[in-house]
Amino acid sequence: MGKRKVPGLNASSTADISFILLIFFLVTTSMDTDRGLAVRLPNPPEDNQQDPPKIRERNSMIVNVNMNNQIMVTVAKNSKEIQISELRELAKQFIANPENDPDLPELIPVELPAPFGVQPITKNHVISLQTDRATSYDTYFQVENELYGAYNDLRDELARKSFGHPYRECTEDEQLACRQYYKCVISEAEPRKYNQ
Amino acid sequence: MSKFQKKGKAEMPELNTSSLPDLIFSILFFFMIVTSMREVELKVEFKVPSGTELEKLERKSLVSHIYIGKPTKDFRAKLGTQSRIQLNDKFADPSHIREFVMAERESMSERDKPFMKMSLKVDRDTQMGIVTDVKMELREAMALSVVYSATQR
Repeated sequence: MGKRKVPGLNASSTADISFILLIFFLVTTSMDTDRGLAVRLPNPPEDNQQDPPKIRERNSMIVNVNMNNQIMVTVAKNSKEIQISELRELAKQFIANPENDPDLPELIPVELPAPFGVQPITKNHVISLQTDRATSYDTYFQVENELYGAYNDLRDELARKSFGHPYRECTEDEQLACRQYYKCVISEAEPRKYNQ
Repeated sequence: MSKFQKKGKAEMPELNTSSLPDLIFSILFFFMIVTSMREVELKVEFKVPSGTELEKLERKSLVSHIYIGKPTKDFRAKLGTQSRIQLNDKFADPSHIREFVMAERESMSERDKPFMKMSLKVDRDTQMGIVTDVKMELREAMALSVVYSATQR
């Protein structure tokens, strides 16, 4: 017998099969890379809670968002209504207090990791965020975003000044040092019910 | 010119499609790698806010989702348009959150438990009241790492 030619396998339907698989995966999966604003909630309140430690007026910044989504900021008894776009600058001034303003948080020398050594920082500052039950989540989120943004901006500036590169590119130790320099203290009070 | 003259009947050559399956298989694998399976069927509608200071959620296995928003059309007749919480596949009350956190924590490996993150996917138009109730419950359940899901602006 002579050589027999093997007939080629008809593979034209493989394309259809894999198309069906492809479409199945397109439908059942989601491409969204999840992003979000990471926050850390405080520990649960204890029953036998003592009075909260007294915070001096100059050390606290109260951000109040009412049911109409208006923002009021109180620093050292000076209250004013602001727009969301002004909040970041205001928060940065408050956290850093570069001019040692007596109405902004006191600068206390604190031992920080290298290369900072002992530096005057606003150790006792607290940003307190108060919302109403009827405040919209969007406004609340924008306020949080601006407050965290203020901290991130300050850390970034510090990293550029001290290490010569942005905060994102710092090593873990450098990031930790920057975080201790500008320690994030945002406390959230229970929302009040002014009217239902 | 006779060189270019056609001789006899010209036949359309058949297109060789033997590499088409390979091509489509590689698209398939690409999609299988970059995407993740949808875990739950959403019963609430939400449009997350947009922000600038966002972080990427690195390990999906550490993240549990809580959805808050208006019920979708099918449920509106029964539940109205008030914002509701969805845990897994069910509508829930803030009081169910503690149980949910326990169950989620139980399903994680011992090593991952301290790194558990709760992703709050909340509709922009939700009022803060329900969000705060959820946060209070999360605090009680010691699930303190929270991520407010958002889109990059």
